[in-house]
Amino acid sequence: MTDYNFAYLDEQTKRMIRRAILKGLAIPGYQVPFASREMPMPYGWGTGGVQVSAATLTPEDVFKVIDQGADDTTNAVSIRKFFQATAGVDTTEETEEATVIQTRHRIPEAPLNEDQILVYQVPIPEPLRFLEPRETETRKMHSLEEYGLMHVKLYEDIARHGAIATAYAYPVKVEGRYVMDPSPIPKFDNPKMTMPAIQLFGAGREQRIYALPPYTKVVSLDFEDYPFEASKADHSCELCGADDSYLDEVIVDDQGGRIFVCSDTAYCAARQAAQSDAAAAQYEEISA
Amino acid sequence: MTLQNSSEEFFTEFSKNSAPRPLLRVTNIEKRYGQRIGCSSVNFDLYPGEVMGIVGESGSGKSTLLNCLAGHLAPDQGEVLFDTRGAGLVDTMTMAEPERRMLSRTDWAFVHQHARDGLRMSVSAGGNVGERLMAVGARHYGQIRDEAIDWLGRVEINETRIDDRPSAFSGGMQQRLQIARNLVTGPRLVFMDEPTGGLDVSVQARLLDLLRGLVRQMGLSAIIVTHDLAVVRLLADRLMVMKDGHVVETGLTDQVLDDPQHAYTQLLVSSVLQV
Amino acid sequence: MYVAVKGGERAIDNAHAWLGEERRGDQDVSELSVAQIREQLSLAVNRVMAEGSLYDPDLAALAIKQARGDMIEAIFLIRAYRTTLPRFAGSEPIATEKMACDRRISATFKDVPGGQILGPTFDYTHRLLDFKLAAEGGLADAPEGDAQQGDVPHVLSFLDGEGLIQQEKQGAGTPPDLTREPMELPADRPLRLQSLARGDEGFLLSLAYSTQRGYARNHAFVGELRIGDIPVEVDIPELGFAIEIGDITVTECETVNQFTGSKTEPAQFTRGYGLVFGMSERKSISMALVDRALRWEELGEDNLGAAAQDEEFVLSHCDNIQATGFLEHIKLPHYVDFQSELELVRKLRRDTMAGADCTHTQEAAE
Repeated sequence: MTDYNFAYLDEQTKRMIRRAILKGLAIPGYQVPFASREMPMPYGWGTGGVQVSAATLTPEDVFKVIDQGADDTTNAVSIRKFFQATAGVDTTEETEEATVIQTRHRIPEAPLNEDQILVYQVPIPEPLRFLEPRETETRKMHSLEEYGLMHVKLYEDIARHGAIATAYAYPVKVEGRYVMDPSPIPKFDNPKMTMPAIQLFGAGREQRIYALPPYTKVVSLDFEDYPFEASKADHSCELCGADDSYLDEVIVDDQGGRIFVCSDTAYCAARQAAQSDAAAAQYEEISA
Repeated sequence: MTLQNSSEEFFTEFSKNSAPRPLLRVTNIEKRYGQRIGCSSVNFDLYPGEVMGIVGESGSGKSTLLNCLAGHLAPDQGEVLFDTRGAGLVDTMTMAEPERRMLSRTDWAFVHQHARDGLRMSVSAGGNVGERLMAVGARHYGQIRDEAIDWLGRVEINETRIDDRPSAFSGGMQQRLQIARNLVTGPRLVFMDEPTGGLDVSVQARLLDLLRGLVRQMGLSAIIVTHDLAVVRLLADRLMVMKDGHVVETGLTDQVLDDPQHAYTQLLVSSVLQV
Repeated sequence: MYVAVKGGERAIDNAHAWLGEERRGDQDVSELSVAQIREQLSLAVNRVMAEGSLYDPDLAALAIKQARGDMIEAIFLIRAYRTTLPRFAGSEPIATEKMACDRRISATFKDVPGGQILGPTFDYTHRLLDFKLAAEGGLADAPEGDAQQGDVPHVLSFLDGEGLIQQEKQGAGTPPDLTREPMELPADRPLRLQSLARGDEGFLLSLAYSTQRGYARNHAFVGELRIGDIPVEVDIPELGFAIEIGDITVTECETVNQFTGSKTEPAQFTRGYGLVFGMSERKSISMALVDRALRWEELGEDNLGAAAQDEEFVLSHCDNIQATGFLEHIKLPHYVDFQSELELVRKLRRDTMAGADCTHTQEAAE
């Protein structure tokens, strides 16, 4: 792959993307249009995230890719391989070691720090899209801060279901100004979005980039009497015993048997390793 | 060739003394469609608490005028000054769009002839009424709902229908819901375009009665466009008669209807049953 | 003991190896060469060039081979390659009246200066399977005529002479490049045409067809359809003049549409325009019809709420690479979002059941 520039995109394109990122950081939550390139992977499969990562990566970076929280889901593997081949950067599965993390649908369980960048893949950046399909109209709604309709949707949920029936891509308000789609992360992850790391969001097909600088105030929309609730399955992980992590449900037989395991595979593996070390140490102690 | 009733001058004079500033001042509005005149040389002041009726047959320019006043159409010339809370009389035509949109969801309300133009048909009755509240920052579900229930009651819609969508409502109920949705934020000026149009006569009577009650209770300022003289007889303090885009007669409602001066008004009045 | 699923990487490698075998098919059958595809499946090559927005028959043929004949996949390969290419220069606008026409027809005039040329068309073939082709039968020689001399004027220019067709506005400078700048809506006509030119043939065909069936009907005549070769010139600043860098084949369609005129403007015809790489009649006619439907506002027509009149709808959905990517992405894992929905539905059901139980006990107690 020596025919391609570092991290695939040419430097001009990277500069254009960096300008969009900087503008996004300057106006947190605002969707910056950018001239998304046609990438050698399909639209909807992370082309926005890949372009943002490509414009962000330096040769010294350590790169981690997760999809659904896991490092070894097929699309995560595919994107990691792409950057191994085109940028030659080191990759890791450990959240703490990574300097740039590209994610689809999750925020890692381990807290991120100021030296890290989290890059989200975003399918539909417009939080108002399913209330108003027209881009020309939604842009106007954002510029005039006309967000009443967003709450009408939440109102309707409560009226019908007795609760806000949005489980993922739960809309947030950024620094009291822009309503933003956090990408389809489970609402469990929403409270983590006020964090020390930089968060960048790339939507390739929709040609939008947006961003959250460190420690930006991110509030999930709700009603005073129906406050936002970050929920997860009421179980603990079958493998590592964690009761504070987001869980995947796994069907283990055809008798309705199911177990719950951490969706963040790196977090789960680290906990299991620590436990077996502790167990080994204990065993040694006993044997000694 | 506007014929002024003598009482009109008196009325204007009277209003000026009691309320020094009009709520709405309309000067020399004109709207053309190519060669055709939509409306031309329209001037009037509307004072707080006043209801102005604009009557005329279809094509007389009354709807064009209303849409110019409400900011839905840009007139070719003239000014529409509104007494804003912050800055007093401001030309709503030259106002920045955010301000105008803010006005139209707070201090202004617009009741459409067809309820479906003014309602969100896929949103429940409660959500329809609550939208304006949420748009101006209401964030307590229980309070929004209580307010919606209160307003449904005021427009005589049973509270058990609060979670139903307007598509399940009759025409008259839809129109009453639209009125509730508009009045919930206590607007200072209401525009109504044929509010009883397209409804059965018995339904019209009930709606009119309801509107009259609301206008009196809330002391609403309103501009009502209609071709139905019964509507203005019941609701309007003052009347403006339009023909071919021009105002041909203005005055107090009773005077214009009981003693019409302009030939066209005479024709209009004589062609309907007395109410 | 449950062990989390691993092995995404090996699965991908194996899948790719298998895909390679499938692409080749039965190895007892001789392999297709890129040249064979380029020469014998030329309309497929044309479509890949047009919607891939890259004029290179060899690469398009290669893409078709690699994509196992999946046209959208082939277009995708070309697009992904195109995006990496440096831009050396922008060409001068092509002058289609200088086209060496292989085909040129007008449905509005029986005869026109320059003549009608039927050319190599399927139009009047009887659609009977030709079993001689299966037997690899020989090719009968096609008769040859004299080459055209000089320029071929546009048919619509004859209407223009009488003032019968609306004058098109001169564009202000170079239109923005859709592939270099984000699409801004509302778009002007050059940007619209650019988007339609690379839009999906099937999508545009259906939209155009819908206008014919009454969804924003605006009866169109094919004023002229021409296909042929045209030189491309590039201005070289160092030389101070433009030089030809090669020939391309394009299909151009101009439709003549009814227009009633207004009080201020006398009645005139209006125009829809389509221009596509290669020989691509269906696409260029579709494009012209959709272009015309999208011009309702500029021409003072009513918005009938038809899909073909809706610029944002048409432009946001005509690109098949965007469409197929987003459509197919739902194959990707969505465990996390699905899990959160699952939890929510369970909770809502629990709450409802609890409510129902409560009512039930209450009733029983009473």
